[in-house]
Formats: sequence, C-alpha cells, structure tokens
Amino acid sequence: MTFKTVLLGATAAAAFATGAMAQDDKTKVGFIYVGPVGDLGWSYQHDQGRQAIEAEYGDQVETVFVESVPEGPDAERVLTQMALQGAELIFATSFGFMESVMNTAQKFPEVKFEHATGYQRADNVSTYSARFYEGRAVQGLIAGEMTESNVIGYIGSYPIPEVIRGINAAYIQAKKVNPEVEFRVVWAYTWFDPAKEAEAAKALIDAGADVILQHTDSTAPQAAAQEAGDVITFGQASDMLDYAPKPRVSSIIDNWNQYYVDRVGAVIDGSWQSEDTWDGIDSGMVEIGEITDAVPEDVKQAALELKDKISAGEVHPFTGPINKQDGSAWLAEGETADDGTLLGMNFYVEGIKGDIPQ
Amino acid sequence: MSNIDPILLLSAIIVVATPILLAAIGELVVERAGVLNLGVEGMMITGAVCGFIVATLTGSPWLGFAGAALGGALLSMIFGILTQLFLSNQVATGLALTLFGLGLSALLGQGYIGVKGPSVPDVYLPILRDIPVLGPILFRHDIIVYLALAIVLGVWVFLERSRAGRVLRAVGENHDAAHALGYKVVRVRLMAIAFGGACAGLGGAYLSLVRVPQWTEGMTAGAGWIALAIVVFASWRPGRLVLGAWLFGGATALQLALQAAGGVQIPIEYLQMAPYLATILVLVILRAGRAPGSLGRSFHASS
Repeated sequence: MTFKTVLLGATAAAAFATGAMAQDDKTKVGFIYVGPVGDLGWSYQHDQGRQAIEAEYGDQVETVFVESVPEGPDAERVLTQMALQGAELIFATSFGFMESVMNTAQKFPEVKFEHATGYQRADNVSTYSARFYEGRAVQGLIAGEMTESNVIGYIGSYPIPEVIRGINAAYIQAKKVNPEVEFRVVWAYTWFDPAKEAEAAKALIDAGADVILQHTDSTAPQAAAQEAGDVITFGQASDMLDYAPKPRVSSIIDNWNQYYVDRVGAVIDGSWQSEDTWDGIDSGMVEIGEITDAVPEDVKQAALELKDKISAGEVHPFTGPINKQDGSAWLAEGETADDGTLLGMNFYVEGIKGDIPQ
Repeated sequence: MSNIDPILLLSAIIVVATPILLAAIGELVVERAGVLNLGVEGMMITGAVCGFIVATLTGSPWLGFAGAALGGALLSMIFGILTQLFLSNQVATGLALTLFGLGLSALLGQGYIGVKGPSVPDVYLPILRDIPVLGPILFRHDIIVYLALAIVLGVWVFLERSRAGRVLRAVGENHDAAHALGYKVVRVRLMAIAFGGACAGLGGAYLSLVRVPQWTEGMTAGAGWIALAIVVFASWRPGRLVLGAWLFGGATALQLALQAAGGVQIPIEYLQMAPYLATILVLVILRAGRAPGSLGRSFHASS
C-alpha cells in the first residue's frame, strides 16, 4: 500500500510538474482519497464529485487527485506536495487525514482545505460531512423487518463517532420494528481491504447473521453475501447496483457533487470561507438507493415513509426515550439529540452488546 | 465464545491461509536459489488481475488460474532478466517490481471493476466429505486449496530428495562453488524466479477468483509482504511454512469469529495484533534457521 502510494505520489508529482507549465489562470483543485477511485464505494463517490467540478467549470479549473493515500504521515507529504504545486483548494476525503490537514493548513495559509468528516477547523480549513445516520435509520428499518435469524451483522471500519452513530441509528430503528433483533459488530480496522471485508462478512454469516450492514468501502461483503445465499446487504457510500436486486436491497449514496461544485465556485469568485457543513437527506447529500423487489412492498413503503419524514424534518433518527448502553438516560421522551453529542458519539445505545474499542 | 463453531473456524483457517501459502512457497524456492525477490506483492496482484480477466473472458476459472500463473511468471521474468543478466540490485529491483505490478494491475483491471467472475465450485469428494468433523474441515474445499498443499509437498520432495533440488540449493548456498562445478547458476535462478512468480500469481488469483471474489485495485492489501515474512520466519523450510501460514490464517479467522460471536472481553486491538504476534512468536521459538549463503548477492561468471 505504502509503495503504491509512492508510485502514485510520483505520478502525481509528474502530473503537477507538467500541469505547472500549463496556464496559470486556472483554479487548481486537489483531492486525496483514502482508497482507489475504483473501489466503487467511498472514494469513487468523491471522484464523481471531482468530475462534476470539471463538467461544471470546464477550462476554468484543473483538478488533480492522489488515490490510496494512507492515513498518517504520508498524507501530509501528499498534501504538502499539492500545496507546493499550486493547488488553491484541496479536498481531503477521509477522517484520518485530520492532523495532516491541520498541519499542512498551518504551513500554507493561502491554500484552502476541505476536510471530510472531521471536526477540527481553521481559517483556511472547512469541514463537511453528510448525515449518513439518516440513511442508516432507513437501512435499520429494512434490516429489522427482513431478518429471519434476528441476527444482524455490522462491519465497522474504525471505532470513530461517524461509524458508531451509524450503528446506533440502524439499531434503534431495527429494534423498533423487531424487538428480538441483535447486532453483531466486527471491527475491520480498515476502510478498504476486500479480502478482510469478505472474511468479516463470512465470519458474521457463520455466526448466524442474515443481514449485513457495512461501513467499509469495497463491494466484497456484497459478493460474500451473494455466495452465502439467503443474506441481504446494503450498498455503502455508492449504489453498488451490480449486486441488486439481491443481496443488495438498498443503499446509502453519498452525493458530494453539488457541495464540491459550490465550494469550487466560492473559491473562483472569492467568497470562500471556513465553514462546517453537515447535510442530510433533505439537501440530497445523502441519497437512498432504490429499494429492490426483494423487499416486501409494505416494508418498502414504511422505509420510504421514514425517509420522507426524515427529509421533511418530522422525524429525527435519535429521538428519546433512548438510554445509553449502560442503562443511564440519554434522551428523554420526545427529546432529539443535538449535533454536538452526535459528532462526538462514543457510546452504544441500550441493547447493543459488546464494547467499543477505545 | 460459545457462539463460535470450531468446525467452521478451522475450515475458514485453511481458506484464509491459502493465498499466503501459495505466494510464500514460491518465494521459498526463489530464496533457496539465492535470490531475494521483494516483488511478491506485485506479482500477486498481477496474478489476481490476470486470473480474473482470463476467467471472465473464457468463463473458466481454471483457465483463469493458468493465466494468473503465466502472468505472475512473466512479470517475474522482468525481475529475473534485470537482476540475473544485468546484475541490478535485487532489493531495489524487487521493490520496483511491486510498484510496477500494482500500477500495471490497476491499468489492466480498468474495465473489470465491479464485474462478476465465474464461480469456483468446491471439489466433490464423496464419502470423505461426510466424515464427521474432519469432513467439513478438510474435504469441502475448492481444488486450489489442495493444489497449494500439493505444491508445498512437491517443493519439499524436490528440495530434499531430488538431484535438481540439490543443485538449486547449491546455487543458493554458494554460487561460485556451484559455478565451478559446472552448474548453470543464472539458468537455475531464472527458473526458480519464474516458479516463484507463477506461485505468487496463483495466490493472487485465489483472492480475486475464490475468496473475495471480484477484482478491486490493491486487493492483495499486503498479503505479499506477509508471505515474504513467513518465508524468513519459517527458516526457508516448507513444513514450517505451512505452519506459519496456518497460524497467520488461524489468528486472522479467529479474531473475526470472536468479534462476530459478540460479547468478547478481549480488547479488539489485541485481537488485531494476534495474527502477526502469534506467527512471529511461534516461528521464532522454533529457532530461526540460517539463510541461504548467497541470498541476495549478484552472480557473474567473471567474478
């Protein structure tokens, strides 16, 4: 992985070098991805956003990207390189790039940074994320209705608030429609490792799960579920429609296109400011992929209704009464969670077994 | 703990270990011939993509595996020609081969992302598969699992019992002496390198055709490096190699099964470390052996 990055870094550097000779009036926009653009999941969707920028602004912009950048010191090197080569706006599209972004931003106050799913900002660092948990709630409803074994498997990547929030949101809805339901969480400690993800899915299926939710980026769990037979899954980050109508019965699609186009537009006309954006289903940043016929009609309608209510603001996925895992009260009857708590969520809600790795 | 089915777990271990075992046994032969090829990861991923492409085009997973072996062997020949004929540095060339293989495979695989390949059926072994306990663990796998073990056995017989194997070891221990005795050092090494490439290719194809099964960029995710480490920790011996690969596969499968079973009290970080720690520990305790004498040194008849 590291060596691939070196290679990609080198190619990217070559691309910058040739790019630097091109006209200077173009706005240069850089992207770093944590996985390959071919993952058909998370990084793929960000790259769709990059392409949307090119389609929107044509010759006014020049975009560059480096894929499969490991979270850690390598990321800072790649970011520095991009900044040195004249990028005016850089999108860092993974949580683990946070420190690298903050360090690089300090060194290059003129360069603007956009960090996905992070929580640290500066004058030249914006953060943005999508309320994936809204989509997770819809998935949880379908999962709770569809499971026969009442065991739902969940492949987590890293125990960070974003992932924990998704687990909780899905669990709350699943429990609502099926009180018998039980969640089994496997932490894969990777965003992208098809072999490991497939292995995690198989381990969950061996343990009795007939629904697999994933918060990792490859389609390997979908393939594993397909092979196992009577198991359903949900597309993660991207539609993963190749696995429809079964195992993939629906999906959460991250649609960054509009946000990226807007932010680049703001840099071009000089109105860019450090902001924190957290949009959900209502703005279109989170889309629910088509629910296939493998789902009974009444369940499908219930899921779509929940989606519409979340979109209209009538339902918040975290509405009390909800207790924390240890039984202590979190939200009172009718109370909804505030964004601060959600952003820093580091606890399971009542009913989920197992510990969150600390 | 009670939720883990030991039979399913043991069966999973054998499957998880197979790609690493294949890549490692190839590298073992290469290193016994005195060549250090750090390009295992690159050859694996190239095998993964070649195997997937051939299997999808022809509809036959077996042709896919053949294509993977060929692809891995061809790629290894770049390394072979550079290091054996042009005497380039083996470490640098091997690393370059990994980089090249990762890039090349991404390029070749462009049109195959998200495509579904043909499925590989399990071998149907009547009677054997119905033996209680042992049947599901040992006799319900695909043929590549058995092929991998057969290759390991073949390599052991070759190295320890055959004349050609002794020549190969002589070349690896002291290439000057082997040369003085009239053995073709470069030719032996090139053949070993090609064998190593073919095995790594098979290991990669096992990932893309059986375990995952689909093509995604970077899908070997470091398996080649683990194979390299296992060769060293196994003291360049085929028997210990199997042990090492199964230990690694075992700890990997166990930690996932433990998590999936729910309610585990062991911190997950320790479970994550377990495969690496267990493998290193056991193989170190077994006492590391001596590396082949000429390992990593360039040979030219004039020197």
